[in-house]
Amino acid sequence: MSGKIKTTRREIPIAKIIQAVKNICITSNYHLDDRVIQALKRGLNKEESPIGKDILKQIIKNARIADQGVFPLCQDTGMAVFFVEIGQNVCIPDGNLYDAIIEGVRRGYREGYLRNSIVLDPLRRHNSGDNTPPIIWSEVVPGETLKITMAPKGGGSENMSQIAMLKPGDGAEGIKKFVLDWISSVGGNPCPPIIVGIGIGGNFEKSAWLSKKAILRPLGISHTDPFWAEFEQDLLNQINALGIGPQGLGGRLTALAVHIETYPCHIASLPVAVNLQCHAARHKSILL
Amino acid sequence: MKKIIHISTPLSDATIKKLRAGNNVRISGIVYTARDAAHKKLTELLEKKTQLPFDLNGQLIYYVGPTPAKPGQVTGSAGPTTSSRMNKFAPLLLSFGLKGMIGKGEMDSGVTEALKKYCGVYFTATGGAAALIAHCITKMELLAYPELGPEAIYRLTVEDFPCFVAQDCYGGNIYMNRIKYQI
Repeated sequence: MSGKIKTTRREIPIAKIIQAVKNICITSNYHLDDRVIQALKRGLNKEESPIGKDILKQIIKNARIADQGVFPLCQDTGMAVFFVEIGQNVCIPDGNLYDAIIEGVRRGYREGYLRNSIVLDPLRRHNSGDNTPPIIWSEVVPGETLKITMAPKGGGSENMSQIAMLKPGDGAEGIKKFVLDWISSVGGNPCPPIIVGIGIGGNFEKSAWLSKKAILRPLGISHTDPFWAEFEQDLLNQINALGIGPQGLGGRLTALAVHIETYPCHIASLPVAVNLQCHAARHKSILL
Repeated sequence: MKKIIHISTPLSDATIKKLRAGNNVRISGIVYTARDAAHKKLTELLEKKTQLPFDLNGQLIYYVGPTPAKPGQVTGSAGPTTSSRMNKFAPLLLSFGLKGMIGKGEMDSGVTEALKKYCGVYFTATGGAAALIAHCITKMELLAYPELGPEAIYRLTVEDFPCFVAQDCYGGNIYMNRIKYQI
């Protein structure tokens, strides 16, 4: 190679990563994002069901109690899911990034008095005792920073996920029918009001990944493409017309938002994945 | 909001017969925690006709796995988990004298029939209101299966635990309410 490309390499020590991961494991489980609280309050004003109103008041009060830092928002403090964006000029000189994240989870769940919800084998089911291992997705991006996003994802809402390999001819109506039928069938199980994450396109696993990524988008931000932003709003209206309501006990507020992420796909395919996020929509990011 | 009904455990058939889906209730007394793993163990004991760690008669099971208590606390956060995972276990426990369950989300037709047959009741608490519910727990004793960690069986003493009657002993079901709000 001829010519000189200026590269700056930035070192981030392991200890700093462990500390950051520990902190976001704890803070995400105690402090609900203000965007979520505001959305719940707006929902409370619009809710017509007396039981629905009562549930929403409990949820808002619960967030206020948890914010004091004594009791986590939910007893299901989740499987720790990470989305890591590694700047390509970042160097971690004294250890392994994944090991550091795992150690951060171990310390965060212990020091934060969070629940150990992981079994080591899906059938033999012995609790790992420290909520490890987490799930880690990593992407290499330009730059010299390390961004770590952590979501404690509860089992109740995660169990209510679904995927379909639709046909291209099914189109927009096919996607909407699949999503609405699914949300109608799961009713109160995912702890509504929910955030509906939808991954469309890519392939089988890419659509599932996108649907998880979608629920991490901050509330109040629509898809950047006006076509998909309108699709999100349209689906949200249809979901809230189902009548499921808070906790499935009937009402107007079933979903706070629909977030769609898309990716190019094969001429033969139309993959669609739905990942549901309960009202305890917890995630925190940190930039190192 | 309709009036609040206060009930105490153990539950009698007379109390259960007064409850209707949609009633707003506050529960006080003893409740036993159990979720997936504990139910598997309880079911195995019943099948082997062995004694259970607690007498089911008149009792309530709360589907919960709390977070660990901090020093000086009675319990950590303790909201309900999804009840439908216990659909396959609940009818058997009801047939042995259990009077009801607390959880979240609809239970299936097998449970509906068992509630009718054995005069039982299923309550829903607010999923995710775990910090709020923790304040209603005044005592927590480990009863069985410590090796299950958060899935162990605990005997809880609760005061004014906020719930709604979800499925009653007449087949009434709060989850049918959604029809009223469909557009």
